[in-house]
Amino acid sequence: MAQGNEQIMSDQRAKTLPRIAGFSALFFIALVTFGAFAALATRATTGFPLSEIFTDAYLGQVIIFTLWQATLSSVISIGLAIPTARAFARQSAFTGRDSLLKLFALPLALPALVGVLAVLGLWGRSGWINQLTGDLLSFSIFGLPGILIAHVFFNLPLATRLFLSSLERIPVENWRLASQLQMPAGSIFKFIEWPVLKTVLPGIFALVFMLCLTSFTIVLTLGGGPSSTTLEVAIYQSLRFDFDPGRAVTLAVIQLAITLILLAISFRFTKTLPDMASLKSAMPRPDAGTLSARFFDLGLIIIAGCFVALPLLALVLDGLSADLFKLLTTPAVLKAITTSIILALVAAILCLALCWAMLKAIVDQNSFYAKLVSFASSVILVMPVIVLGSGWFILLHRFGDVFSFAPLLVIIINALMALPFAHRILGPALMEASLKHGRLVTSLGITGWARFRLIDFPVLKKPLLLAFAFAMALSLGDLGVIALFGSEQITTLPLLLFKSLGSYRTHDAQGLALLLAIACLLILYTADKLSRSSR
Amino acid sequence: MLILKNLEYAYEQTRFDFSLSIEQGSFLAIIGPSGSGKSTLLDLIAGFISPESGEISFNNTVFNQLSPAERPVSMVFQENNLFTHLDVETNVALGISPNLKLSQSDRNSITDALQRVGLGDYSKRLPGELSGGERQRVALARTLVRKKPLLLLDEPFAALGPALRTQMLALVKELHEEKNLTTLLVSHQPEDARSTASHTAFLDNGQIEVLAETEKFFAIKDNKALRDYQGSA
Repeated sequence: MAQGNEQIMSDQRAKTLPRIAGFSALFFIALVTFGAFAALATRATTGFPLSEIFTDAYLGQVIIFTLWQATLSSVISIGLAIPTARAFARQSAFTGRDSLLKLFALPLALPALVGVLAVLGLWGRSGWINQLTGDLLSFSIFGLPGILIAHVFFNLPLATRLFLSSLERIPVENWRLASQLQMPAGSIFKFIEWPVLKTVLPGIFALVFMLCLTSFTIVLTLGGGPSSTTLEVAIYQSLRFDFDPGRAVTLAVIQLAITLILLAISFRFTKTLPDMASLKSAMPRPDAGTLSARFFDLGLIIIAGCFVALPLLALVLDGLSADLFKLLTTPAVLKAITTSIILALVAAILCLALCWAMLKAIVDQNSFYAKLVSFASSVILVMPVIVLGSGWFILLHRFGDVFSFAPLLVIIINALMALPFAHRILGPALMEASLKHGRLVTSLGITGWARFRLIDFPVLKKPLLLAFAFAMALSLGDLGVIALFGSEQITTLPLLLFKSLGSYRTHDAQGLALLLAIACLLILYTADKLSRSSR
Repeated sequence: MLILKNLEYAYEQTRFDFSLSIEQGSFLAIIGPSGSGKSTLLDLIAGFISPESGEISFNNTVFNQLSPAERPVSMVFQENNLFTHLDVETNVALGISPNLKLSQSDRNSITDALQRVGLGDYSKRLPGELSGGERQRVALARTLVRKKPLLLLDEPFAALGPALRTQMLALVKELHEEKNLTTLLVSHQPEDARSTASHTAFLDNGQIEVLAETEKFFAIKDNKALRDYQGSA
């Protein structure tokens, strides 16, 4: 009987422990997010009149520019991505197609700062295009053109891949029907492709728009002046240069409001593609074979391919021509690399621990809690990193030297920043594993550490490794938080890169960018390899 | 004696209400149309779902407050009975100790169990290297080492061909008799019940419509739902 009681107790513990861990994780996230928010809110009401939005001309200009550059960037990226994706979908067999699509995945895996250097290598003052055309063109990339080029460089390949994957899910029966009916290309687009594209368009547009709206690094490095400044960059400037926390609060509140409004709008319009069951067979499309179609499609693919590939090539060649050996033996560089790796490692561990605790508490729990967790995760996505960072900057500067808190804040905020991504990788995998093994595990009474060691870790090794690598690469390449909190004592690789760019040590910057790119890709590649090789 | 007293449960539109009592050592086959509640009945006994009201007891001990692992129950599912990343021996061992703390006598009983189901040489193989029938044998070996008096089988051989299914049912029947188990088998095939079970139950609309000794069960002609289920034969 005593043993029976003990077992009941242990069963209770088995259910309670994940719940406590999950709630602690949620509480921690809430503390960090709402701490920042509360700091901003109290300052906003006591310290600074929000009415200034309507009277301050510069503020109005910043808001308009923020929205304008995001709109232009998204329209151009999406406008080019749709025909490019269609060209890829129509020409499904040309040599190099797979490699090109892999290349299209690359910009997303690179830190924004590395992308900036790549874009500068092609389009910059001493970039290839200006070198080729000599004084003929001699245009400056800084300002709106640079921001647009960089945003399209990142988002065109992303949107192309997303549109392509939706086009590739069109059932093969549709193509059989189209060839039987001898549909011309125009009708195929209208009746088969457009309905699919239309369904995913709002979601992809919203994603790209949000990325452009919160792309701090690109605007900071390529904006080049007060006339092309976004809210996030203005927040950074008011904290780091003008030291005007009141103004930072105003800007952060506006940024948050805009993000929230847009998120609400995008939720309203985002739909998921219905699952289209289909025969598994590759059927050439009836509209792909004509000479003009091939000419048009391949031309488009080459242009888009060059737009993505040439900056990357410039990045590699410029980086190699820098004195990498000298860079790697400079104490400051070595110190920045060490700092970066340690901060990113700890941030990734924290991110995974939070994500795991939250997800484990959802599995086999009631749906209210599940909703709370996914809400928490999307709140973080809404909270722009700079807003989060500036909130804590303002909160902590009352208690002394803000910069002494730097490592802790960089770790915590980077971990939270990576959380939605980790959640998206781990969540479905954990749900699937629980569906498959849940009953068996409970019937055998495998709980706690034994469960993690024997079942969860081996089964979920792949998504765990991927989520870890993603979180680490994201933290490693981040410039947002460290730009706010970095100092002589704490400098990361991206910050060092940014500083050498600012002081016109271009060769150093190019070398560091290549190193950073290699580091991020190596992490992602290793995780991928490790997760595949293990049985 | 396994007794279910007014076990009530609701899922979507269907209300389930189960009452039954069978002697220890019985072999009860459960048949019925899809959605009639066959798997729900086993899930309630195993503790994967909790009834709104009612009571489950075995040999006068009420166990529906216990967690699945503490109940006097072993269960074999239609699929996913094994962890595919663990070898056969480890899969069986988890039935004895959920954290793999094994004594020498535990190891011996694992070897014995694998030998008993005809997989003595397979202990180091991974589930992926086994056939569907062999995988279910491993699951049966695990129920042997768990030494629980109730054995629940939820269509465990539905994916196997007719000859193999007959073979596996014969094995189950042998184990059932050797260990004096009380066995509940959910099946889609009335002939499984006829060949193996001492008793047969027919479920319809979340209720146990008929429960009788197998021989008598198949002589029943006056139940419309059962007649509809079996067809005109």
